[in-house]
Amino acid sequence: MRTLYLGRWLRAAPGAARERRPLLPPPVRVPAARAASPTQVPPRPAWQQGEQRSPPQQKVTVEVLDHLERLALVDFRDSEGVERLQKAIQFADQLHEVNTDGVEPMDSVLEDRCLYLREDDVTEGNCTKELLKNAREKVEEYFVAPPGNIPLPKLEERETFLQGS
Amino acid sequence: MLRASLREVSAALKEGHVTATELCQRCLSLIKSTKFLNAYITVAEETALKQAEESEKRYRRGQPLGVLDGIPIAVKDNFNTAGIETTCASNMLKGYVSPYNATVVQKLLDQGAVLLGKTNLDEFAMGALGSDTGGSTRNPAAHCGVVGLKPTYGLISRHGLIPLVNSMDVPGILTRCVDDAAVVLGSLAGHDPKDSTTIQDNFKPFELPNLTDVSKFSIGIPKEYHAPGLSSEILALWSKAADLFKNAGAKVIEVSLPHTRYSIVCYHVLCTAEVASNMARFDGLEYGHRSDMNKSTESMYAATRREGFNDVVRGRILSGNYFLLKQNYENYFIKAQKVRRLIANDFVKVFRSGVDILLTPTTLSDAVPYMEFIKEDNRTRSTQDDILTQAANMAGLPAINVPTALSERGLPVGLQFIGRSFQEKQLLTVAKWFEKQVKFPMIQLEEVKRHEHGVFQHQKSASFS
Repeated sequence: MRTLYLGRWLRAAPGAARERRPLLPPPVRVPAARAASPTQVPPRPAWQQGEQRSPPQQKVTVEVLDHLERLALVDFRDSEGVERLQKAIQFADQLHEVNTDGVEPMDSVLEDRCLYLREDDVTEGNCTKELLKNAREKVEEYFVAPPGNIPLPKLEERETFLQGS
Repeated sequence: MLRASLREVSAALKEGHVTATELCQRCLSLIKSTKFLNAYITVAEETALKQAEESEKRYRRGQPLGVLDGIPIAVKDNFNTAGIETTCASNMLKGYVSPYNATVVQKLLDQGAVLLGKTNLDEFAMGALGSDTGGSTRNPAAHCGVVGLKPTYGLISRHGLIPLVNSMDVPGILTRCVDDAAVVLGSLAGHDPKDSTTIQDNFKPFELPNLTDVSKFSIGIPKEYHAPGLSSEILALWSKAADLFKNAGAKVIEVSLPHTRYSIVCYHVLCTAEVASNMARFDGLEYGHRSDMNKSTESMYAATRREGFNDVVRGRILSGNYFLLKQNYENYFIKAQKVRRLIANDFVKVFRSGVDILLTPTTLSDAVPYMEFIKEDNRTRSTQDDILTQAANMAGLPAINVPTALSERGLPVGLQFIGRSFQEKQLLTVAKWFEKQVKFPMIQLEEVKRHEHGVFQHQKSASFS
């Protein structure tokens, strides 16, 4: 039974580094897992990819899509964008296969520690000029925004893909 | 010289065999000749040469700052670098010049490292390169035949790292060998008052022992890491590695991490939710791209974000907002947080049972050729890419890819070791032993220049698409 010693066939001869070698050494044949001897690793996949196990879900309504566009201030752009969301939801639905009774949600892996908080003292700042450098519209020491308190136009009046839906 | 390890280069600098400027120039010229790879978004030639000059002066005086003095480094473009453009490979930050250095960047510069430039990534790191949120350091490391270390969450400061998922992001380290990873880790780890998620325990940089006897170690083989789609090549390699440890006297046992299969779904929900929050800051007002639309604040924000973000980013923001809606919060976001605890607990149970280190594959197969890669949509891709690496991020554990062998196609393949929280020394010690056994061949960089040049002339730039 042929045995594969990783070290031996990979070891480069001392002078090899210097000579011109092809970028990729000739392919090394890695034999398939030996069936006869007991292997330490599981010979077969431990699970199968979930395939549309969840019941066909409700389509997300136009109202919700519109709501999301307003909340996120990004648009779906086209049907592909909406389809992407549908698929994302379907994918996330796999979570419901897991039994989480009595399990507390985990915010952070450092939850058992007391994290450091600085003293509420001003130790740096006075960098107005530096910070304003990166803003496109400014006046004196102010960032300039267009008029506020004007809601986004309603769905019918907005330039959005969702209009036709 | 460009093939040597960090330590070897450092020694050469100290002994005067090469100067920091020569080294810097050689790296810059290699960058120029491999431009078709589009690996760098910004090359900081002027500042790099200046830094190299300063380093050279220090070496001449016999006063180098440390082992990193004069060493050329590259930083992924989602780390803030003062005076150098930081874009996250997004239109949203095109032209953004940060006024400050990320803590890890500052630490490297304080040690005298020479910053060559900012490297490319998927827009806002929503893919598979660089900092490590789902495997983005270990996956490319496996495909490229280098060492990729994901440290324990809380060990290295994230201050200045433009966040993707605050509860999982960590700066990742890519080096040629495990010893080098330990050196870089030594200069980066430790509490940062500017990042309250860094632990306050005193971190002592360490040198890795040259382990010869692994018989005291217990190596766990988590069975769920034989995931669907794992190539038979990698399975064989994993098996050989397990045998290697067993024959060297280590205890090798099969263990179970039953919730592994849910880590990608869990990640998907938590990631999109945190992304929805983290991307909210990009509104065009204080920095970054700003649309010309000026009818109202809201419409300016909307237009700016429509112009600045690509499909993947927008898609994640929208999904994240969906999962965070009042009617979905409990069923998706909270649910995912509960599943996260189950995933983390799986590891706790296994480590408590006496296992020291877990040995798993890093990727399902060797690197997929570009034409195949662009066929599947992004979510499917990351489902496949991150399945073996994601759970370590979920649990905050340290993990490292060690290049192991070449596939039948001649491409690198690596194996992953996962350790206990904050036990980087033990993890790296075992990884180093393994690295010594497999003796993975070093890439011959001079050949890269000419190889496959024609293929790339027609490819679109990966950034600013």
